[in-house]
Amino acid sequence: MAWNRNQIAQRAALEIPRGSIVNLGIGLPTLVADYLPPDHDAWFHSENGLLGMGPFPYEGDEDPQLINAGKQTVTVLPGGSTFDSAMSFAMIRGGHVDVAILGAMQVSQRGDLANWAIPGGRTMGIGGAMDLATGARRIIVLTTHTTKEGAPKLLERCDFPLTAVGAVHRVITDLGVLDCTPEGFVLVECATGVDEATVRAKTGGVVL
Amino acid sequence: MTAHHAIVGRHHDKVKQDVGAALDGLFDGARIMIGGFGLCGNAEALIDGVLQSGARELTLISNNSGNLGKGLATWLRAGIVKKVICTYIGNNEDLHTLMAAGSVEVEVTPQGTFVERIRAAGAGIPAFYTPTGVGTVVADGKEVRTFHGREFVLEEALTADFALIRAHKADPFGNLRFWRTARNFSPLMATAATTTIAEVDQLVGHGDIDPDDVHLPGIFVHRVLEVTDHEDPFEYRTVRPRPTAEEG
Repeated sequence: MAWNRNQIAQRAALEIPRGSIVNLGIGLPTLVADYLPPDHDAWFHSENGLLGMGPFPYEGDEDPQLINAGKQTVTVLPGGSTFDSAMSFAMIRGGHVDVAILGAMQVSQRGDLANWAIPGGRTMGIGGAMDLATGARRIIVLTTHTTKEGAPKLLERCDFPLTAVGAVHRVITDLGVLDCTPEGFVLVECATGVDEATVRAKTGGVVL
Repeated sequence: MTAHHAIVGRHHDKVKQDVGAALDGLFDGARIMIGGFGLCGNAEALIDGVLQSGARELTLISNNSGNLGKGLATWLRAGIVKKVICTYIGNNEDLHTLMAAGSVEVEVTPQGTFVERIRAAGAGIPAFYTPTGVGTVVADGKEVRTFHGREFVLEEALTADFALIRAHKADPFGNLRFWRTARNFSPLMATAATTTIAEVDQLVGHGDIDPDDVHLPGIFVHRVLEVTDHEDPFEYRTVRPRPTAEEG
């Protein structure tokens, strides 16, 4: 037993304060929006220039010029706004985005994040990842605890190219919830049916 | 004595009738900024016009440089691009192929830094310090300085010879309004290029855009081309089922 992708997203939704501005990264983080209660008043920001992003449009209503940063067609909610990229990154870099939920390839115990390049692999580019990891007030990472080959992704230090240094506050994986601190990972919670020994065994860094 | 009306400024007679006139003066080796987030908000007719013009050795400054063989990917396929300055490559197979072959130089920049470099150029600022990229390869070889106990990296402004942007509406002076998330980098690129060319869905008259509703003042736009027909391709068409009457 462990959390599946949807359960990781469901757990992450509990991290979003009411009345906050939230940016969800591409992939697994995108699922988090589905697990907020209908009366939740968080506002979703998308770095391509959209605040107040709504769900995918109804079939037939899609507009190719209304997309999220993953280039998927989306909607804008009443009260939402569109703006240029300089304004959008002022929101991010200026600390106006409260929470960013991002994917990761590696996270170090002190909160270094690597999520944009694999050594020797093909370069996908940086996009908004470095600005989000540097500028948002709280960074939550969603990832599987290990690679498909079983290698830990939570490490004493990252060996992939970094996205940002000391940026990550909390990591939510299939095995549980851990905080990054200067001394090491702090185990906050184990996933359903997962014991502490398993989390410790599958984590590459220090677990306090 | 020269009559005053014989002196023509940069903002005279901006509305162009065809792509050729809009792209007049394009040259080999030009640095060109192109608005758009992927294929969203592309100046499609101008992008095709550059391809048809025969201009080569271009430096392409854009967030993505096309995708799915469309947009700027057509320039990559035609071999007219010498260098790409972008933020994200993703699954742009044309760019991956050229990078692997070493035939195009690629500079990848964080997106917020990319747009701020462009904004700075247009605002007369040669360089600025940003926290983004400190401690990463992005800061390699650049000055890092501490302000208020935090490290910042020095990034330089980014200029261009031409900016090709897409807008929803323009008046004859080039005051622009954009549509939804098609705005993205275009208003900033317009400020940073020597010559900015706006491809617009609709040309309206002077005064038809309320001054309070202008997104980009015409001072930053040098040529306007009305193009009523656009493909506007979807990169990822994501939808949800429409609720049935029973579900309300």
